This record gives sequence, C-alpha cells and structure tokens, in this order.
Amino acid sequence: MMETFPCELTQNPLRKIWMPCKKNGLPEKHISQRRVCMTNCPTLIVTVGLPARGKTYISKKLTRYLNWIGVPTKEFNVGQYRRECLKIYKSFEFFQPDNEEGLKVRRQCALAALKDVRQYLLLDGGQVAVFDATNTTRERRGTITKFAEQNGFKVFFVESVCEDQDVIAENIVQVKLDSPDYIDCNTEEAIADFMKRIKCYESAYQPLDEILDRNLSYIKIMDVGRRYLVNRVLDHIQSRIVYYLMNSHISPRSIYLCRHGESDLNITGRIGGDAGLTARGKEFAKCLLKFIHDQDINDLKVWTSQMKRTIQTAEALGVPYEQWKALNEIDAGVCEEMMYEEIQEHYPLEFALRDQDKYRYRYPKGESYEDLVQRLEPVIMELERQGNVLVICHQAVMRCLLAYFLDKSADELPYLECPLHTVLKLTPVAYGCKVEPVCLSVEAVNTQRDRPENVDVQRTTEDALHTMPAHF
Amino acid sequence: MMMMNRAAVAQDVAEPQQRDAGTGRTARFQRPHDILTPHRPTPSHTSAVLPAMSKNETQLTQNPLQKIWVPWMNSKLSRRRGSSVPQFTNSPTMIVMVGLPARGKTYISKKLTRYLNWIGVPTRVFNVGQYRRDATRIYNNYEFFSADNEEAMKIRKACAITALQDVCAYFTRGQGQVAVFDATNTTSERRELILSFAQGNGYKVFFVESICDDPEIIAENIKQVKLSSPDYVDCDKEEAVTDFLKRIECYKVNYVPLDDDKDRNLSYIKIFNVGSRYLVNRVQDHIQSRIVYYLMNIHVTPRSIYLSRHGESELNVIGRIGGDSGLSPGGHKYANALGSYMRGQNIPDLKVWTSHMKRTIQTAEGLGVQYEQWKALNEIDAGVCEEMMYEEIQQNYPEEFALRDQDKYRYRYPKGESYEDLVQRLEPVIMELERQENVLVICHQAVMRCLLAYFLDKSADELPYLKCPLHTVLKLTPVAYGCKVESVFLHVEAVNTHRDKPENVDIDRDPVEALETVPDHI
Repeated sequence: MMETFPCELTQNPLRKIWMPCKKNGLPEKHISQRRVCMTNCPTLIVTVGLPARGKTYISKKLTRYLNWIGVPTKEFNVGQYRRECLKIYKSFEFFQPDNEEGLKVRRQCALAALKDVRQYLLLDGGQVAVFDATNTTRERRGTITKFAEQNGFKVFFVESVCEDQDVIAENIVQVKLDSPDYIDCNTEEAIADFMKRIKCYESAYQPLDEILDRNLSYIKIMDVGRRYLVNRVLDHIQSRIVYYLMNSHISPRSIYLCRHGESDLNITGRIGGDAGLTARGKEFAKCLLKFIHDQDINDLKVWTSQMKRTIQTAEALGVPYEQWKALNEIDAGVCEEMMYEEIQEHYPLEFALRDQDKYRYRYPKGESYEDLVQRLEPVIMELERQGNVLVICHQAVMRCLLAYFLDKSADELPYLECPLHTVLKLTPVAYGCKVEPVCLSVEAVNTQRDRPENVDVQRTTEDALHTMPAHF
Repeated sequence: MMMMNRAAVAQDVAEPQQRDAGTGRTARFQRPHDILTPHRPTPSHTSAVLPAMSKNETQLTQNPLQKIWVPWMNSKLSRRRGSSVPQFTNSPTMIVMVGLPARGKTYISKKLTRYLNWIGVPTRVFNVGQYRRDATRIYNNYEFFSADNEEAMKIRKACAITALQDVCAYFTRGQGQVAVFDATNTTSERRELILSFAQGNGYKVFFVESICDDPEIIAENIKQVKLSSPDYVDCDKEEAVTDFLKRIECYKVNYVPLDDDKDRNLSYIKIFNVGSRYLVNRVQDHIQSRIVYYLMNIHVTPRSIYLSRHGESELNVIGRIGGDSGLSPGGHKYANALGSYMRGQNIPDLKVWTSHMKRTIQTAEGLGVQYEQWKALNEIDAGVCEEMMYEEIQQNYPEEFALRDQDKYRYRYPKGESYEDLVQRLEPVIMELERQENVLVICHQAVMRCLLAYFLDKSADELPYLKCPLHTVLKLTPVAYGCKVESVFLHVEAVNTHRDKPENVDIDRDPVEALETVPDHI
C-alpha cells in the first residue's frame, strides 16, 4: 500500500479556491473547478426549420443564457455570411431550389461559417457554437454531422416547427421587415417577397424524422412550445439546453427589477447586513406601490429576497409576494457590514484583488459574483416561465439579473448601474430586451463604486477609496 | 468581525415569540400564503405594549426558528392581502401513470415521489395494484386480467375509484400537494374517468406514459420486481414469468396510448424505451416542468454512488463545527485508505466530486485522480456559530441551541443556513448524480445526511440525525425500487461527531441537559 505524502494546498487569493501546490509553494495547474458541462468535447447546436420559425430568436437567447451561466458560446448566422458575400439582396428568387448560382453561394457560406465554428471551438476557447441556418435538408445536416465528427464535436439539433400563420406573420413583422435584406422595400413588398422565400424552402424541407433520424440528438419544438420531442440527450449541457428551451415562452410580458428601498446601512456607507428601511426607503416603497398601480399590470407576481429590507419594501405594496433565499444579497463574508474605508483598513489586499477582478473575486468566507450567478440560475429559469414579475432585490443580485437580460459580459456585470429607488422595466422585443428606467423621485444615497484607476495591491488608501460614494 | 446577535434583535422586534415549526418553507413553488400564515404571531395580550400600527408602518418580525421575516400584525388587522385569493393559489396535482405492465410505472412513481418529497413537495403514491391485492386477497392467475372477465373488471374499477377517493382525502385532509396515481390506465375510458374526477375537484392532471417494446428490458423488469411480488409468492420462476407475460397480453388487447391528436389538450410526457426519446405536451406550470426535467435526467444503467465525508479534520478533533481547516494526521491516513479502497472497487470511469473546502479537497488529493469541486457541496453554514464548540454555543446562544434541538431540519443558524436551505442548494447535485454513473462524493456531515436522505427516502425529521460517521464510506447501489446500502469503515480511527437529540429541548433547560449528547473531543 502506497502512502502518499500529505499534500499541501494553497488557496488562490482571488477566488479562494483550494488547490494542490508544488513543493516550491507555487500552485499546480489546478485539477478542476465545477463548471457547467464538464464535457470534454465542444458542442455544436444546429438549428433546423423554415424561415420565420424563430431559429435566430432561439439561437440568440440560448447563446445569451449559456454565456451567462459561464459556458463560452457564440452564434454563427449563415444568413449573415450570405449578406456579406452577396452585398445586395434582390429578391426571393435567390432562394429558389433550381437557382444553381444561388445554391453554390449558399453552400459556400455554410462552409465558411463551419470553418469559423471550428476556429472558435478548437482555438478560441469556445465551448458551444450555435449554427443558425435553415438546415432543412437531410443532405445539409449530413454535411454538418460529418464535419462535427471529424473535429470531435457533439451535435445537438434544435428544430422549430410551426404552422400557425398568425405566429409566422408576427415573426415577419417583428424581425424580418427590419432586416438588411428589405431595407429599401415597403412593408407590403417585403412581406410578399418573404412569403415567397419561405415557399422556396418548403418543397425541399425534410423535417427531423422519428425513424430516419433516431440516432441523432435533437429537440423538436412544435407550435412555439406547446409540444416537444426530445431524442437522445447525450450529456449535461444538452440536458440543460432542453430544460431551458422548454421553459422559455414568447408571450408578451414585462419584468420589473428594482432594489429594496434605502436602508439604514446604506446611508452609513456599510455593505451587506440585514437592516430595515430608512424613512426615505419607506417613501420609495409607497411610490413603488403607486407606480405598480399605475402600470395596471395583469397578474403581477412579486418576489423578494429573505432580507428584511426587500420584504419591508414589498409589504408596502399590499399584495402577496414570494420570498426567495436565492435573491439574498451577495455574502461579503468577513466584510459584512463594513464601510469601504474599513475594508481598506483591515483588508487592503482583498480590496485591491476585488478591484482587479470584481466578477471572480470571492470575499473571505463569502461569495463572488460568479457564485451569485450560479445561485440565481433557478431564479432566471423561473422568470423565463413566468409572465409579469416584479423582483425586489439587491445591488449585486440586480446586476446579475440585468446582465442576463441585457447580455452583458462578466467584465461589465459588476459595474452595471443599479441605483436605489429606480425601477427597470424590461420588455422582450424582437431579438433582445427593451429597458425603461423609471426613477421614482425619492432621494437616496448613491451606492455605486466604480473601478478605481489604481488596482495595485501596493496602492495608497487614497487611490483605493478614490471612487467611493459619499455617505453619512 | 462585527457580529450582531440576531436572536437579540429578533427579540426586540417580535412579541410574542413564534415557535411555529410548521412547513412554512419559502420555496419558489410555495404558495405565498404559506409563507405568511404559519408565521403569523398569535394575536395576544402584548398588543397593548406596542404602538398602534398605522397603515404605513411596515413592522416586521423574524421567526426565531427559520429566521424568516414576516409582517407583524396585531389582532385588529385582518389578513392584509389577497382576501379574494383562494387558499391554495396552485392546485394540487395528480400525476397519472400510463402503460402496459412491466414498463417501469411503479419504478418511476416511487422515484418521482421520493424526489418530490425530498425537495419539499408533499407527495404520495397510490398504487392501484395494491388496492386490488387488498380487495381480492388471493391472486390465482392472469385470467383475472382477461379483458372479458366482467367480475374482475368490476373489482378493478372499484379499486381505482377507492384509490381516487384516497387521493381526494390526501389533498384535502392530508396536506398533500402531489398524488401519483400508479396503474396501467391504458384505456381512454379509464383516463377520462380520472380527468373528470380531477376536474371536478380542481386538481391538475399530468400523465406520464412509459412505452417500451424492447423485450430484454421487459424481461429484466419482470425479473427484478415481478418475481418477488406478493402475486407470485408461491410460484416458481418460470411459472411466474409465463403467467406475467400472459397478463401483459390481456392489457395489450385494449391498450390505447395517449394520442398525438385526440389527446393534444392533455398535459403529458411520453417516455420511449427507458429514455432514449420523450414527447412532452402542454406543460402547465412549474412543478410539471420540474417533473419533466427530472424524468429526463434519470436512467436505469447499473452503477454505484459512494458517499464519504472528508478525512478527520483539525477542527473535528477539538470538537469545533464548521470552519475550513485541514486534515489531521488521522484524516490523511483516511485519504490514503480511501484511495486504496476505491482502487480495489475497480470502477471504470469513476467521477470524484468534492466541496470547495480544504478538507474534502485534501482527501481527494490523496486519491490521485481527477476531481471536480462543487461549491454546492460545502458544509452547512453555521453563521455566528462557525468554529464554535457545542459548549460555546450553549454558553453564548442557549436559546438558539434549544431551538435547533426542537426542529433541527428547519432551524437556521443566525446568518447561516438550515438543513432545509441545504436541500435546496443540493438539488442540482442530486440532478447531476441522477445523470451520472459511478460517482464518489467527498463531502461533509450535514451535506451527506441530505444526500443520503434522498437516496434512502428519509423524512425531514429523520434526516438531521442520520448517522454519517467519519472514515466510513457508504456504497449505494440502486436495486429494484430502492437502494442497497453498504457501509464500509476503513479502519482508521476518528472522533465521533454525531450529536443526538437530547431529551430536554426546552429553552430554559440546564446546560447539563443541553450538552448531554455532545460527543467527546479534545
């Protein structure tokens, strides 16, 4: 029996992750951090479907979600490659199945896109690539599958099938009329041309088949999510993708994000804790009530965290609300209830590390933004399922949620502005999200601390506190 | 480190103290009223002491057990919100199984029920076959199930109806939220009966149909769970298999699967060949979405799950809880022993998971294989009590200490967590364990208790007292409808960290009584 030497561990100062260190005290390349989809091979998601079936909508949304949970993902829209290749779109005739020239160009574009996919997944650190095109023939799908096999990628098809003419018409209005293809057309011309374009694809369309394609991994989304057929989910990431797609819907609704009213710790410049509202904070709660009332929202759900300040805010609304522990503010560990001046005084190294990488930095005995995102994933999933929701939460939490809806990177996320007493109304529109900030004019302290210029661990106290907001 | 004595703060705000140990779980699919109602302080004589509440005052009180903030309401105010909202905003749900015999319906029913109960959704299985056995006493042979056996048909229908009545009682009197109606339900007529019943009572219905035409899988099912059924207690194996296959034929005659077109307005999932394909139709709400996700992640491939704690830690030795210390010399020895044991198990493709805490990682390092760190596997956060000895907790927070003994599952440490919180945090771990095959999870006492409770179907009351000693590996192997456990002590001595529930859990108990069950330490 071999006795291995008791190993020494060292804790990475930024993320507070323990890892084995070599004899000389330096860390080994650390073994493995729990990441979503520890899949050894990259994954290629391939959309399938006639035009105006929501493929690009799904591609963009899925990409946004995967990036937010920490899986580097990128979409490759073949239509975009075609536009770059052709420069000018004349008419639907380009897409006719007997247009040899058109077919050649389209095939070249698909191959060019696949080349970029390979670059992204093998060389650029990507983990998932979304290949957004109609991919309506078995032949085209065969080409893609072979390409994936050659490169060691897993393939997962996402097919959208829809015969509801109203939905299709709405899609065309929402996203096709503004397409660069129809920049010089009037609405009627554009719609007429696009409908003929769809017809071009219809005759050659071979949907994924239960029998012929039984060995492929795919999800078939029918009638905008009424029905799903899921075949051969291979791994964790595919399972998460299926779950996410099955929870997304396109019914119009709005999500309202706001923080609790100003709290007693806010005004003294202290972070964290579990304080109650100041008089101004209570005033905000009352204004929030009026605002919600004026919005006249159908079936509004209200969610809070389990911290006193969000609950007090919700109480003023006089409606039922749900308390989510997952919405609690980021845990600042040993720095809970400290002022920034105190953090600088007692933990200057920590303070500097945080400024160096605010997203990944974990407070000692506390959390990081990265941890927050993982904690908030079920909240996002449920927000996807729901209709109109008002989420009363906290600064760091709100930044994470906002980053999800507005597709902000990990670098931008911790600095998103989420001031007190301001409601953000988010309304999904086209491929993204419209944001309307509503400042309910009740004064409050500013709690936004921007990244200072000097993030060196050796910096002076003055440099460190340079961007600290004023407080009492 | 500035620490407020949360308990003291709660005391100032709340009078009288609320001792409610009710469900009050603030899970996301919890109806909002459940959050408020269990915690409403009883209207009391102390209302004279507090100032009259104006409508604009939002006084909150913190439930001392779970540390949940709730509005304080004096006896004068009626329920402040939702007077027009019915008591249950989400309706109870019936999950109705559909499928020929030996298609895994009971396996799915039991597993799903176990999962839902573990995440806090009160669920129960109603197995109509069981009702039939109780009604007929003796099973003769497959002819009972013949499609033209009118007498038997009458009995079978009566059993189904009795079971439905029990479902109703479970929802109305038994506080149930989900009922799994486990029967073949292979005809549209029977399903129509159930739908009318459910609609009449305001229950949602979600069908789970299992379709399988792989004779090997069916044969394996029959072997695993039918041969040992009470129906075949006096038969030899061959007789039993023959009879059972004839039984299946009886059902095939009238089997009408859920139809893509006719049943397009029903909510259901169709599972084909043990999960290679799924058809999901009209998922109505959160719980159905979770059920679908769960069913799509489970598999029946044989495998084992190994649960172990980290090796003995430095804080363990001196009787302190929590913290992030390294292994003691004994703990290092265990890490080596664990490595030998796992190598001896000869498992292809073993996954190893640890928490983010030093002691589990050091233990994994001793194995010399790849491992994944999960923050979700971190030990329960003891908040203000982190790194304390039980004696110190008793000294500094005697009331907290008593509350914990009163309801260890729901009790949340001030600025910390409860077992209830832990379960929610561990749900993604369980989901991934379901997806995986052979896994070794190196974790912590409270965490291991939660995971074990999931696999062994232990209640919330039993969970916090499950025995998970140091230096012992639990090997869990799914078998039939449950899980076989093998406990393997790796012969490296360690301190005992198990503290049983003391007899006296009263707030004003003697320190001696409080510390009665504290395990020895240095």
